[in-house]
Amino acid sequence: MNWDLLIQLLVNGLIVGMLYGVVAMCFTLIYKSTQVVNFAQGEFLVLGAWICWYFIVKWQLPFVAAFAFALVFTTLFGILVQVVLLRPLVGEPIISVIMVTIGLAIFMQAVMNWAFGNNAARFPNVFSTEKINIAGLNVETAYLMSFVLSLVIMVVFFYFFRYSRYGLAMRATAYSQQVAQSLGISVKQVFAMAWAISALVSCVAGVVLGLVNAVSNSLAIIGIKVFPAVIVGGLDSIVGAVVGGVIIGLLENFAEFIDGQYLHVGNMYTVAPFYVLIIILMIRPYGLFGTENIERM
Amino acid sequence: MSYVPYPRPCGDFRTSYAADMTMFRTRGAMIMACAGVALLLALPLFASDYVLSQLILIGIYGIAALGLNVLVGFTGQISLGHSAFFGFGAFASAWLGTKHGVPPLISIPIAGVMTTALGMVFGIPAARLKGLYLAIATLAAQFILEDFFARADWFTGGSSGAPAEQASLFGIPLHTDRTYFYVVLFWFVLSYVGVANLMRTRDGRALIAVRDHYLSAEVMGINLTRYRILSFGISSFFAGIGGALYAHYLGFVSAEAFTILLSIQFLAMVIIGGLGSVASSVLGTAFVLLLPQVMQAGASTLADFLPAMQQGVAYIKEMSIGAAIMLFLIFEPEGLIHRWRLIRASLKLYPFSY
Repeated sequence: MNWDLLIQLLVNGLIVGMLYGVVAMCFTLIYKSTQVVNFAQGEFLVLGAWICWYFIVKWQLPFVAAFAFALVFTTLFGILVQVVLLRPLVGEPIISVIMVTIGLAIFMQAVMNWAFGNNAARFPNVFSTEKINIAGLNVETAYLMSFVLSLVIMVVFFYFFRYSRYGLAMRATAYSQQVAQSLGISVKQVFAMAWAISALVSCVAGVVLGLVNAVSNSLAIIGIKVFPAVIVGGLDSIVGAVVGGVIIGLLENFAEFIDGQYLHVGNMYTVAPFYVLIIILMIRPYGLFGTENIERM
Repeated sequence: MSYVPYPRPCGDFRTSYAADMTMFRTRGAMIMACAGVALLLALPLFASDYVLSQLILIGIYGIAALGLNVLVGFTGQISLGHSAFFGFGAFASAWLGTKHGVPPLISIPIAGVMTTALGMVFGIPAARLKGLYLAIATLAAQFILEDFFARADWFTGGSSGAPAEQASLFGIPLHTDRTYFYVVLFWFVLSYVGVANLMRTRDGRALIAVRDHYLSAEVMGINLTRYRILSFGISSFFAGIGGALYAHYLGFVSAEAFTILLSIQFLAMVIIGGLGSVASSVLGTAFVLLLPQVMQAGASTLADFLPAMQQGVAYIKEMSIGAAIMLFLIFEPEGLIHRWRLIRASLKLYPFSY
């Protein structure tokens, strides 16, 4: 048993899992407040990373300015998508809503392929990328930074939903749209805000991922990996999304360890979460923290 | 859903159940359908190879899309894993041919039956899940099967792919476009007539009842679990047949062809054509398959004037599918078949609008 490798992999899993958690939070936020399943979450993330990269490399802007531009752009884009694509589909069956976000995902993939190319692009060195040693483990500073940033985002989310006026309005809308509307909350605004926040946070996650690895369109796969995470955590629970993300991150790396050491079947890293997904759906579809919604089927 | 105008000719009052259940509404419709098939039978004599190859592909994908329409349009389930079943049918038929020496014309239906069994296994979650959860479960099935294709060397040839035998009948080779067209046409007509008939039987109406109101359906004595899994089975059967035809048409199967993107294309075919109608599946298939080619032709012409467009042609093809899905869902959620019915109605009623 190779303990060092296992622990190293689990630490990686924890860090990547936190990022999954952040993306899963964005996904859950949209699902909870607008009942829309966003299959284009991964593309939102890549879009943010590309725009930040574009401003830095092509316009020679400092990192902070480029980052700010990317945030503004993706936020506006999120609102645009909600108003133009999703608003006409309110009340339509779920298959239409799923398909429209899938259509958006394909469209965005093609546009980004065209605009930014198929290859991975590195960010210029914004932060130092040397490895530091924590308790005998090698951790890259970029990874550490992404871990801290994920934590910060989560704390901000917590306070936003707990104390801010808009956060409370969003929770009220998620609870019951009719009651929220009759209490004077503009449900339209809340829907637009949910998409804006989700796009904004996705952009942060995308830039962090771009800094850690490199920007490429294949990063959008995270948008698919989010599904196991949100199902494990419970589809309508923000806490569940974070926990689910971490669990999936750990699980991936653990599966890789088992695979590499004992099984040698290959590719367990990508497929293991989906096996878990099916099992969870069969025995506990509402996940760890989701609302139990029992219906006669 | 809005009311679909369905003007009937004068004197057609449908006074008996038998009249209400006929496959063709009027004698004219039946003659038109038979004439259409006769025209297709004669087509290989004079059509060009390009037209034939496009029609073969429309036929193959159309059979699979019909299966998905049974599942999504008639039973109200969602599947994001249809291309995995399509791929399984392709690999199964190729495997039967190369490893067991089964001739292609026999292995195609066997592959269909094998895919049915697989589809019913993956349909089991549908007994407990619906809506979004079912969509995610089928998404997981897609990834698990994709991984299986890439790994199971004994069955699929792994990453290098598997050869599929060319079809022949009594020593007459059927592998050219001109002859294979008849194989596809045979299965195409069989599938479409089969599903149109299925929807007139008790089982077919049970599926529609499950879609419209599952609780009432159960009160009426319909076993929901059974019909949901049956629906997955029927849908996978047609996916398997389509996949097997595809394998023997290309002569080679590789796992890269059956990704989530193809599943999305199948869904696009069903939605653009129109959910819950038999004829719409082929309309949607033709639209989805031909749209990129039309876009490519258009973009290439444009590229003559704007050289910058040159490298964008491939991306415009990709974009057009995504854009078509979004635009149809927003502006014509009931699909092409609805548009066609409106046109037909207005022609019939001309010059009056109602």
